[in-house]
Amino acid sequence: MKSTLFFLAVSIVGKSKPHLLYFRGFRYWIRLLLLFFIPNEEKTKMGVYTKDQLLARLKELQIEFASCTHPAVLTVEAQAKYVGHLGGGISKNLFLKDKKHRYYIISALAATTVDLKVLSQRLGLGKGGLRMAPEEALQEILKVSLGCVTPFATMNESAQSVSLLLDEGFKAQQGCLFHPLSNEMTISLNSRDLDKFLISMGRKPVYVDMEAAPLVGKDQPPDLAFLIPSGVPKVDQPEKDEVSSKIHISEKNTRTETIIHANNKKKSPEKLHSAPIADVRTFVDELIERMSASVLSEIAKETDKEQKELPGSVIDGIKKYLGADFSNLAMSFKNAAYTEGFHSGIQSVLLKTGQNITSYGK
Amino acid sequence: MTTPVTEQKVEGDQVVNPWEVSAKDGGKIDYDKLIEKFGCQRIDQTLVDRVERLTSRPAHIFLRRGVFFAHRDFIEIMDLYENGKKFYLYTGRGPSSEALHLGHLVPFMFTKYLQDAFKVPLVIQLTDDEKCMWKNLSVEECKRLARENAKDIIACGFDITRTFIFSDFNFIGGAFYENMVRVSKCVTFNKVVGIFGFTNEDHIGKISFPPVQAVPSFPSSFPHLFSNTKNLRCLIPCAIDQDPYFRMTRDVAPRLGYNKPSLIESSFFPALQGETGKMSASDPNSAIYVTDSSKDIKNKINKYAFSGGQDSIENHRKFGANLEVDIPYKYLSFFLDDDAELEHIKTEYGAGRMLTGEVKKRLIDVLSELVERHRRARAAVTEEMVDAFMAVRPLPNMFS
Repeated sequence: MKSTLFFLAVSIVGKSKPHLLYFRGFRYWIRLLLLFFIPNEEKTKMGVYTKDQLLARLKELQIEFASCTHPAVLTVEAQAKYVGHLGGGISKNLFLKDKKHRYYIISALAATTVDLKVLSQRLGLGKGGLRMAPEEALQEILKVSLGCVTPFATMNESAQSVSLLLDEGFKAQQGCLFHPLSNEMTISLNSRDLDKFLISMGRKPVYVDMEAAPLVGKDQPPDLAFLIPSGVPKVDQPEKDEVSSKIHISEKNTRTETIIHANNKKKSPEKLHSAPIADVRTFVDELIERMSASVLSEIAKETDKEQKELPGSVIDGIKKYLGADFSNLAMSFKNAAYTEGFHSGIQSVLLKTGQNITSYGK
Repeated sequence: MTTPVTEQKVEGDQVVNPWEVSAKDGGKIDYDKLIEKFGCQRIDQTLVDRVERLTSRPAHIFLRRGVFFAHRDFIEIMDLYENGKKFYLYTGRGPSSEALHLGHLVPFMFTKYLQDAFKVPLVIQLTDDEKCMWKNLSVEECKRLARENAKDIIACGFDITRTFIFSDFNFIGGAFYENMVRVSKCVTFNKVVGIFGFTNEDHIGKISFPPVQAVPSFPSSFPHLFSNTKNLRCLIPCAIDQDPYFRMTRDVAPRLGYNKPSLIESSFFPALQGETGKMSASDPNSAIYVTDSSKDIKNKINKYAFSGGQDSIENHRKFGANLEVDIPYKYLSFFLDDDAELEHIKTEYGAGRMLTGEVKKRLIDVLSELVERHRRARAAVTEEMVDAFMAVRPLPNMFS
């Protein structure tokens, strides 16, 4: 740990020599950094959950639920035939998307009327802003099959930026019935327990009165606008597609670099920001957070004190002081890496066309 | 480079235009009068709070301390930004010398903050042709100075994925030149004489220069950057003496069917010898240069910074310091980020409990750190990096 800190300190705080950290080296450095700062959640490799993992998780959280298996069902009517004995309200679940490729799950009691036009307006998307999401999106983003949309699908990594709207009516029910990531089973659990589960996955449960139709106009802003997801779902796509389809060669190198930077950074943060570019601020924030966490734990080890007893003001001071310095260094670095990629791109095009220019743009 | 506004000088009025800034009767610049005369608006605390809210970060020190104190249509830009409509930034520099001092860096530091806070692209114009015409330097020398200045500008920390730097000699042509001709057609000779004070003896290069500085405010001048975004607004952070150029631009814009650019303007950075002194390239002790060593800074502040303290310690303890003219305190208000500490210095120094020496020492620390940071960043700027910043290339993520 100490040697890593030193290496880190030397790399960052010492003289920033861009040529030592050529962009390949930069990637290596980032991976080394991430290797030592071990991510602390036990997510599965690809962040995809199965029904059994979900049920195990529910048991871990000591959530009581009733369950029943049945042949695969695709509609609420079909489901109702098998689950009548469980009691509680069957849910209907809609997977929707808007024009800007943002996704939403609306989970409501079967009896509740859900008017997509009204919801669309309440979200601030205009009258026809919400559509049913295409089938491929079900598989790609929610990782479930047809007829299986469920609030539990939001635990998958690919569904992090899907917005979940729950019917207020669930709260009044003793139990609510959902598919546990498989349409061959239904489980019944209390809405409070559902909340407990969602919170444990880092999601804030939001309940909406689906049947309300408040006026949305110039003086009445859309009341559900806060539910619009801030990012676009991260869909697994090989980077090569993006790179090879670019026309501007100068862009090619910088995009490869920036995509690689962004993906390397995204491997371990708990919150998944779909920031497609190398953002200095998030990078520096993360750096400082990890450094201060490890410094705190090291000090705690040395002085045998509890981490919480240590003065937070010391860490705040460090953050403030180092924040500015790190940002400058990181920006300097980003610019240097872009420059090298840019020139390589130019040279590569020129080599292809048989020319050879040593300096560009004088 | 004589400006023919001598008749105003005789009257004893203050003179503020792109080539001359002088106060009335050797006193201080009256900013309220300037705002009134130019017709711009003051930036008040509500606007600063709004900026903080929109960007979810503390406002830049120059906004908090009122360094950037005036604007035109900045509120409109904020309204549009709140509704998701972006804008781009435009600023520039006339590369007249290699030696940059802290006052030159002020607009760039603020522009960097705007770029980071609002996540918007930026174009930086290096008016090497203007300096060639006004300072009578050779074309080659001006081009060289432009590149040198570009390095210092880059060292301020601009994001290469969002910034396009260009020098007039290298870039003018194509759509940029087309806009220049359109603007030129809308401004009569009488008008430029009225705005800039040209005379019959001035060469025609000077007279036809103003459109060059006006045109970057129109996004259609940069087809490689902004051809996809319709109706993109422009925000120009600059010093208030550049206002005449953009008054002319704002007047012309509607006639061409373009949006008027918005402005956010700063006050002048005082010289070391005080508000009445002039910062001049010939006197190295009139300003802190970015190439100064820590020793130089210490020497300059201790020896030449105009102090508002009293002449003797007894008088000082009795009457306190005159904060209006005290340069160390003024400089600290520009560069000391900690509001609480500055407030403390204000009360203690103003009451006479703190001595000038202490204030100067604090200033030396702050400035040394600033200059050192800039120097390090400058050392990391290579010729290739300048080429990359100045390359005509698309910026695909400029709004992310």
